[in-house]
Amino acid sequence: MKQLSFLLEKEFRQVFRNPAILRSVLVMPIIQLIIFPFAANYEVKNVYLSMVDNDHSSYSQKFISKITSSGYFILTDYSPSYNKAMESIESDKADLIIEIPYGFEKELVKENKAAMLIAVNAVNGAKANLGGAYAANIIRDFNKEIQMQWMTFPAFNAIPTIEITSSNWYNPTMNYKEFMVPGILVTLLTMIGTFLASLNIVHEKEIGTIEQINVSPISKSTFILGKLIPFWIMGLVTLTIGLLVSRLFYGIVPVGNIALIYLFAMVFLLALLGVGLLISTYAETQTQATFVGFFVMMVFMLLGGLYTSIDSMPDWAKWITKVNPVAYFIEVMRMIVLKGSGFADIKYHLLSVLGLAVVFNSWAIMNYHKRS
Amino acid sequence: MTETVITADKLTKKFGDFIATNEISFEVKKGEIFGFLGANGAGKTTAMRMFCGLLMPSSGAASVAGFDVYKQTEQIKKSIGYMSQRFSLYEDLTVKENIRFYAGIYGMSRSAIKEKSVLLLNQLNLSGEVNTLVKSLPLGWKQKLAFSVAIFHEPKIVFLDEPTGGVDPITRREFWNLIYQAAERGITIFVTTHYMDEAEYCNRVSIMVDGKIEALDTPRNLKKTYAAKSMDEVFLQLVRGAKRGE
Repeated sequence: MKQLSFLLEKEFRQVFRNPAILRSVLVMPIIQLIIFPFAANYEVKNVYLSMVDNDHSSYSQKFISKITSSGYFILTDYSPSYNKAMESIESDKADLIIEIPYGFEKELVKENKAAMLIAVNAVNGAKANLGGAYAANIIRDFNKEIQMQWMTFPAFNAIPTIEITSSNWYNPTMNYKEFMVPGILVTLLTMIGTFLASLNIVHEKEIGTIEQINVSPISKSTFILGKLIPFWIMGLVTLTIGLLVSRLFYGIVPVGNIALIYLFAMVFLLALLGVGLLISTYAETQTQATFVGFFVMMVFMLLGGLYTSIDSMPDWAKWITKVNPVAYFIEVMRMIVLKGSGFADIKYHLLSVLGLAVVFNSWAIMNYHKRS
Repeated sequence: MTETVITADKLTKKFGDFIATNEISFEVKKGEIFGFLGANGAGKTTAMRMFCGLLMPSSGAASVAGFDVYKQTEQIKKSIGYMSQRFSLYEDLTVKENIRFYAGIYGMSRSAIKEKSVLLLNQLNLSGEVNTLVKSLPLGWKQKLAFSVAIFHEPKIVFLDEPTGGVDPITRREFWNLIYQAAERGITIFVTTHYMDEAEYCNRVSIMVDGKIEALDTPRNLKKTYAAKSMDEVFLQLVRGAKRGE
């Protein structure tokens, strides 16, 4: 234990002499948390619309003014034909075509129904999906308005419609920032966990000092603890800064217990540092460690549920998320921050991450040899 | 009869088909300055790393400070100091911090470290540089410091792998003075070098060629055996036949 104090003293001195590490622990989280949530925006605005109005009636005019005033669409052009409109899509000027056929108004009045065509450029899937859905929504709304108008005529009986109203629990305004910020905080901790410790150890391999340590009587576990503890503390510092930023900038105050977030983060960082350590035992140079680290981090992130919902993943991918500490933490963060979940709710997550921490760290210790 | 601190008996290390160290056998006595010579690639560093417990031997037997190199490496590590070919102090730590760290991981107490480092820094004329980062010291000073750090915990044996590479003659002379002082205190010195004038300073010298020890004796006897005027000539005669290139 006495040896450990010398190791820790050395690590902290080196960290405080290295501005790059201090920056990545202190400044990076602030910048990321301030910039990223604004850019990584789930809402789709600015859908470019090409309108083909073959009817030129008062109803079609009404519809066009309704859709352009919705705020989601920007009318780029009126095309004389569907084919012309397709040209705008091909040249990326438009994302969406709405075609109103000949006799739209006449059909509507006479037959009580009319058709309309929506064509979507699906190159950007998210935009196409949401753009199409918005357009469909607006059309439905338009439909209802017409019904309301006509209801006044007794000759037409109201068609019974079922209207769906939904209320969003835990994030009532569907504020994507409240959803993203806790997730981004987790990615920051992930980066610190995976990279800082592994690069640190591999650096010692590169400059040769690790050999001097291997030839000393210091035990494997003391050495590894000496490497883990400083970065574990730095991770918790980053978390604290992150929680402060999300409170000051986004007014996000966790509904649940902050102590619970810290408890989970402590175990989570242990697991991630285990991954970093493991990488460092395999890598000989910092370049190798960086590449492997990036690969692992990409997998953790993309299969972590930050950007896409885990529930909609195929089964094999769901299995990967079971050994992904990031997936657990993102879920737990959202549960605690948005929903105020308590210990009983996250118990299973905590135990899983603890298990992963044990596995990663034992693997790393087994793979670290003082003698080759 | 003085105590034997290193014994090697047909110690061998193979990397695949390549035999880096081929059945080397010798003994080193306590307090001796043992020169371990050989061309680049002769297998010196490999042998040294096996003695230090950094590398697992393929076959043969060896003991260091009475401990077996296969099973008792952790005990060996408590009894030795090691200065590797690559400079191994932390450049981003000060002189004092380096001494404290290395002494600390060998289990010395903070008070003992404090006391002893004052003496050491005086002896090395480094008292004014206690708080200087090691990276800003000249190479010669760094090497002397690295050696002093390697023997700071008073090991029985110190292994030096080309400790004076790239250092000027005056500093090399100073370095060897430090080695003599350590040997007088009873620390056994196991040193590899490329400088034949340094070989003359050793009590006994072994010369490795292609993984084997071809000659082992005092410098004086070696010169007599090979009818050479200097160690340089002895070395050239032996190493000329080497197959492994630089």
